[in-house]
Amino acid sequence: MADTLLSLRGLTKAYPGVVANDDVSFDIRVGEIHALLGENGAGKSTLVKMIYGLVKPDRGAMTLAGAPYDPAEPKAARASGVSMVFQHFSLFEALSVAENVALGMENPPKTRDLAQQIRDVSEAYGLPLDPFRVVGTLSAGERQRVEIIRCLLQKPRLFIMDEPTSVLTPQEVEILFATLRKLTSEGTAILYISHKLEEIRALCDHATILRLGKKVATCTPAESTARELGELMVGTSFAAPVPRAHSVGAVLLDVNDLSLPAPGAFGTPLRGISFSVKAGEILGLGGVAGNGQDELLAALSGERLSAPGSVVLKDEDVSRSGPMARRDAGLLSAPEERLGHAAAPAMSLIENGVLTAARREDLVTGGFVNWGKARSFAETVISRFDVRTPSPGTAAGALSGGNLQKFVIGREILQRPDVLVVNQPTWGVDAAAAAAIRQALLDLAAQGAAIIVISQDLDELMEVSERFGALNEGRLSPIRPVGELDIEQIGLMLGGAHDMEVAHVA
Amino acid sequence: MDLTSINPILLVASIMISATPILLAAIGEMVVEKAGVLNLGVEGMMITGAVVGFATAVSTGSPALGFAAAALASAVLSLSFGVLTQILMSNQVATGLGLTLVGLGLSALIGKPYEGMKSPTLPKLDIPVLGDIPLLGRMLFSHDAMVYLSLLLVLAVWATLKYTRAGLILRAVGESHDAAHALGYKVIRIRMTAIFFGGACAGLGGAYLSLVRVPQWTEGMTAGAGWIALAIVVFASWRAERVLIGAYLFGGVTVLQLNLQAAGAKVPVEILSMSPYLITILVLVVISARGAHGAPASLGRPFHASS
Repeated sequence: MADTLLSLRGLTKAYPGVVANDDVSFDIRVGEIHALLGENGAGKSTLVKMIYGLVKPDRGAMTLAGAPYDPAEPKAARASGVSMVFQHFSLFEALSVAENVALGMENPPKTRDLAQQIRDVSEAYGLPLDPFRVVGTLSAGERQRVEIIRCLLQKPRLFIMDEPTSVLTPQEVEILFATLRKLTSEGTAILYISHKLEEIRALCDHATILRLGKKVATCTPAESTARELGELMVGTSFAAPVPRAHSVGAVLLDVNDLSLPAPGAFGTPLRGISFSVKAGEILGLGGVAGNGQDELLAALSGERLSAPGSVVLKDEDVSRSGPMARRDAGLLSAPEERLGHAAAPAMSLIENGVLTAARREDLVTGGFVNWGKARSFAETVISRFDVRTPSPGTAAGALSGGNLQKFVIGREILQRPDVLVVNQPTWGVDAAAAAAIRQALLDLAAQGAAIIVISQDLDELMEVSERFGALNEGRLSPIRPVGELDIEQIGLMLGGAHDMEVAHVA
Repeated sequence: MDLTSINPILLVASIMISATPILLAAIGEMVVEKAGVLNLGVEGMMITGAVVGFATAVSTGSPALGFAAAALASAVLSLSFGVLTQILMSNQVATGLGLTLVGLGLSALIGKPYEGMKSPTLPKLDIPVLGDIPLLGRMLFSHDAMVYLSLLLVLAVWATLKYTRAGLILRAVGESHDAAHALGYKVIRIRMTAIFFGGACAGLGGAYLSLVRVPQWTEGMTAGAGWIALAIVVFASWRAERVLIGAYLFGGVTVLQLNLQAAGAKVPVEILSMSPYLITILVLVVISARGAHGAPASLGRPFHASS
């Protein structure tokens, strides 16, 4: 086994109440792309944290290129040639690209030399980047380049990537894949973590699948279908959502030339957005993160008011009314950020239910909360949407991301909205819960509601929506029926086509 | 009003003396906040420094030892804040306010026997050549060592934050402690060091009040200087050179309005007395309104190294 780079043997890590990793063993070979697959909570993060020295295993051993490997901290891991790009970017927004790169190095050279190195590496791998830009002004794709270049400058032997494509346009994904293939051709091994099964089939040589902390299988993804891999991950086969036959009715929400200035220094202005949604229809709005999704949701939900006539709900102009009035009129919304925006983390599910459903569900009489009714409303949401929680009195912040998401979406759906706006409804949610949420949205549309799904997951949008539009720098592309689109056209609609350059593979 | 009674040489000289305690406290607090920690206990640390410095200088006869003891005492006091907020995860705002109350009470207790005493003060430096320049020599180059030390400290903080790796790491911790932790930097250790430094600076500032500016001990003698230092850090957008401007502006207007009062200006005393606060805040608001605000993104947020 001369070509084995990193070998894991019996790695085990337990936290109070949960075994995150249970006796996990597999090998990563020199120059291969090895996928690590699993649902949320399957133990992928803990496993890579152990490899990167952020967490110490309780039991088990690792060897790197034949020598025992037991990094006490990330510094030691980096010194041994293991580097990592994080799922949530570990960048400093107020600092420049060069400063960010310097922070990830043990002995950074002088700023001027470092800037030159950054330029050289970024050109060699087709990832153009200006070393003196402030990171806060960069797009998500460019930020990822900063992280990748930070790792590449240290000439890693093993390169760990945690969900690298979740924020990229299809074209950016192509560039990233070209870069990764060039890296492996130079002998670097890559450990690639992702939910996206098609991507793993296209890119990876081997895949290790984790379920509930245990290794289920190591297989060759190119030889299995995405559905087989998905079933290995989830354990039971899950039902893909089926659109039901239904008719499209009258226009319920009409948005005309909606423009709003950017809410803050790093926000996006909305520029002349127009569309309409009919009863029984799901409109999918795609776009790379930070192109106006949050701002559009805020303008539709009523958190930010817009010019008169720009938001018309059932022939009634609601542009100047706040969220409460819009909720009363039947326009409900579920924002992307679960903790702190859609739900108050420290409050119980019952209280969180009251926060949005108080008026539509009559949970308040004469200024007093009717706790009995509030509890039964929360219980209905929990049972109808299979929210796994010890009790309705549990704090929202204590639920896992997927379960809280089911609660947040279910809470709105059960209020029988006429128009529902959701942003990233299945973000960070495992496959089974995502399927359940999508099915609930489809069912709601079948009952005659108009739904707007804002998402960065194109597969999801293709699956649930009838028509598709893309947000780019606060503008909305023309809206087209999903049936007419292929992935290439969608990529162009997402508009990430500027500053793209495929790596010149030597 | 008799403006001729105001001597411009003495005016500038006393501005420098009046600004030094606030400058010392503010530059220390700026470093703390750059590391992402909001320590509202500056007032308490200053007055602790004032009383410990005074007591030490009186008992040993050495003002230099007084300053050293003041810096040490306030730094140790600030470490209690550090342990509470960084290790025991208490709320920074509440703990900082508590630190101020503790400092005020503790200093009153320690200082009781020293009321009405007189301490040895720092000698004016006799700088050759520079001190002999007409006018400028008396204005700028005939002060005690602490005035120049405070200016050197500002320069050192500015250069460290801008040019050195240690400064970069400190700023990184203040921007995003999670990202810094992920890169393997010791967030809590770095923050404790910054808190210690901030405490020492506040102690020096307090001792300057009781040993040079006044120089005697009275209960509550800092009279809000610590709060002004805190405000200056914010309005200076966390930049060393602006902290210097802010502190000298405040010191300048304070001295000027005292001189105007003495010269019998036909402006109500109340308005003159509040003018340093008003003008400092006004000027710094105008400065900070133009550029980016630049508050460290993790300022005041608790850091918990989860798994």
